[in-house]
Amino acid sequence: MKRLFSLYLASGLLLAGLITTPAVGDTASHENFVLIGNGTEPKGLDPSLVTGVPESHILDNMFEGLTNRDPITLQPVPGVAESWSISEDNKTYTFHLRKNARWSDGVALTAEDFKWSFLRALSFQLASPYAYQLYPIKNAEAFNTQKIKDPTQVGIKVLDAHTLQLELERPTPYFLYITSFHTLYPTPRHVIEKHPDQEWTRAEYMVSNGAFKLAEWNLNQHIKIITNPMYWDHARIKIAGAYFYPIENADTEIRNFEAGSLHMTERVPSMKIPLFKREIAKSPNSYHPFKITPYLGTYFFRFNTKKPPLNDVRVRRALMLTVDRKMIVEHITLGGQIPSRAFTPPNTAGYTYPPTLPETVTEAEIKEARTLLAQAGFPEGKGFPKLDLLYNNGDDHKKICVSVQQMWRKNLGVEVGLLNQEWKVFLNSVHMGEYALARAGWIGDYPDPNTFLDMWVQNGGNNETFWSDPEYDRLIDLAAAALDPQARYGHFREAEKILLDKLPILPIYTYTKVGMISPKLKMLDEQGKKMEWTSNITQQIFLKYYTLVK
Amino acid sequence: MLLYICKRILGMIPVLWVIVTLTFFLIRLAPGGPFDQEKHIPPEILQNLEAKYHMNEPLYMQYAHYLGMLAHGDLGPSFRYENRTVNEIIFETFPVSAKVGGLGLLYALVIGVLAGLFAASRPNTVRDYIPMFFSLIGICLPSFVIGPLLMLLFAVKLQWVSVSGWEKPTDIILPAITLGTMYAAFFARLTRGGILDIIRQDFIRTAHAKGVRGWVIMLRHTLKGGILPAVSFLGPAAAAMLTGSLVVETIFNIPGLGRFFVQSALNRDYTLVMGCVLFVAVLIVVMNLLVDIAYAFLDPRVSYE
Repeated sequence: MKRLFSLYLASGLLLAGLITTPAVGDTASHENFVLIGNGTEPKGLDPSLVTGVPESHILDNMFEGLTNRDPITLQPVPGVAESWSISEDNKTYTFHLRKNARWSDGVALTAEDFKWSFLRALSFQLASPYAYQLYPIKNAEAFNTQKIKDPTQVGIKVLDAHTLQLELERPTPYFLYITSFHTLYPTPRHVIEKHPDQEWTRAEYMVSNGAFKLAEWNLNQHIKIITNPMYWDHARIKIAGAYFYPIENADTEIRNFEAGSLHMTERVPSMKIPLFKREIAKSPNSYHPFKITPYLGTYFFRFNTKKPPLNDVRVRRALMLTVDRKMIVEHITLGGQIPSRAFTPPNTAGYTYPPTLPETVTEAEIKEARTLLAQAGFPEGKGFPKLDLLYNNGDDHKKICVSVQQMWRKNLGVEVGLLNQEWKVFLNSVHMGEYALARAGWIGDYPDPNTFLDMWVQNGGNNETFWSDPEYDRLIDLAAAALDPQARYGHFREAEKILLDKLPILPIYTYTKVGMISPKLKMLDEQGKKMEWTSNITQQIFLKYYTLVK
Repeated sequence: MLLYICKRILGMIPVLWVIVTLTFFLIRLAPGGPFDQEKHIPPEILQNLEAKYHMNEPLYMQYAHYLGMLAHGDLGPSFRYENRTVNEIIFETFPVSAKVGGLGLLYALVIGVLAGLFAASRPNTVRDYIPMFFSLIGICLPSFVIGPLLMLLFAVKLQWVSVSGWEKPTDIILPAITLGTMYAAFFARLTRGGILDIIRQDFIRTAHAKGVRGWVIMLRHTLKGGILPAVSFLGPAAAAMLTGSLVVETIFNIPGLGRFFVQSALNRDYTLVMGCVLFVAVLIVVMNLLVDIAYAFLDPRVSYE
């Protein structure tokens, strides 16, 4: 009995010890901090290396590139460079850096830092998956892929401590947007050399040059950033900082928002959307936190154009004509998505391809599609081989694919199978070309039609449809070389016409972003006047302009 | 006893080696790799990445390399979490899971054993039916139902605790209850069954015949033997609870180890998958050993001498 008692006692003490330890170290007040639901845990915080959206939400507020962006229009505004000049041929950019530019530890930030950072991002050793963001710079691609080994041949020149000159391969109209992209943020050489690999991105060492700096990084718990007094525009900042919470469960996130422990959410469970829409309809004049905002991306299907009968453009066109895009956005996705009438989202940097694809399926479309299918040798869908439509887990993909399967069955008599794969297996299948039809999404890297169109050139890394057209490639090359913006968009229009005639893809809708924004969250305009929270097309978060009201 | 423990610990090594080997090759059999992403990576960059993680070497070399690291207690760098090693991730997140699991286990044991005792003291009466009815519900209701229900009631409606997260000391309560409820139900049923078995034994009848009072028999004689089934279950239950549950940790957004089990496999984070599997394997083996040792104390029929 005594032994038994001591066993009870010991285990009791053990468990008591476990629970009386305070759960977390940090119970600091969240006063004046913006609380953000940020999807998944970031992979890392090295701006030269990361590729994901959650990472960029954080890094865009911790670092600043040569240029920055207007929080709403995304037009280039001065960043670390207070001014710049562009040569006549649009190939040489000279940036004049602020004399008072500093890292968050007070060390001066100079043109050398930028040169070192860009070469690091391009280096073989770092193996950055986003190194191609620097490819507009002369010889950057050759250096990155080891075709040249001498870094002095890369078009980056330090004229003096505060002047940086970048020479480009060819004119790049969106280059000043790229210079504010996270791959081109400066990274602190003096810290990285002391704490190599990724050690420098830990909260105890990390140094940055933006409006905020890293304070805490607790894995899967939160990332806390606080204002950086060394930042040149520090006086403008109205908040104390922000917490980014990696919340993967949409229901957990919305409950947190409703309980007031988040100011912004990453998403909204689709079950809730109809309810919110009804609430908005009932009282349209009062504030509702549910927001639908435009997003620079297209949801589409890829055709494997090597696989018969999908190698026949008539078959692809018949399939395209009989997908009711309007029905998909109105009854499945629900988030105000726009049915795709072309591939490039409307009004991408002022470029809109005239509406070409049908929004909905009428008798005319069905008739044309059936004729095309008959011409291709499948009257009323007879003899059409069983192909699979491949999709990955998550979101509404399954619902969309099932409804498209129905549409083709009903309108064409074509029976398509559905094939579901886990994300990495799915990616592998698409990369290896082991699919017939596959769902896809493309989010633009920068607001310019080029990011939607240059991917379809022959052997383009993201093409993956095995489709190519020499005339298409020629037009994309012409656009790249064009100096006149109107002529450039003209070439894009001609190229997109070919894309929509040949249809290696089946565009479905233009993405939107749905999220919740607390009424306490406001923005400040240039003059420091309060205004309603406003989104931008890349869904970038500009905490510098945010403020919280009671 | 000491000899027995030593033998068991030595016996762990081949078991763990088999687990490591199977996991190592199985995870690499799955299509897709740690560097697959939606946007294309130029082949040159992919080669650099693979070289960085020794993935360009033949598989047997990678395996030898991994075993070599393991021998030094190094689980390697994570593929997904760029600035952390697997050792760090486990040491950072296991204490969180262990706290939730520890409290959950305590709750499950106290509620479960008490309910089992209560039910067994008057078998097949209302006093038995009511706790057993609730334990059946506890077993049937999955944590993804209990969790959100508790959250709605205590966090959204009553606002006694936070909805989710790991910021305040009270954040441990709801996840621990969610996690512990199913185990409490199991413990209740196992305790009841164990005690009903013992009650029918001769030595209990003898004690009654000698005129020992009911509750003394219950505490001194019945409980000691009757709790054995629950103790055997305690080993795997403790291992499972202390290492965290994916569902509970996702619902309550807790930075524990449980989320990494599935997440690391989905990310093809090879080293982290290996680390998690190995860590849990060690924990299960150790817990089972502890249970066997506890048996020696509780059951006079068991001896390892």
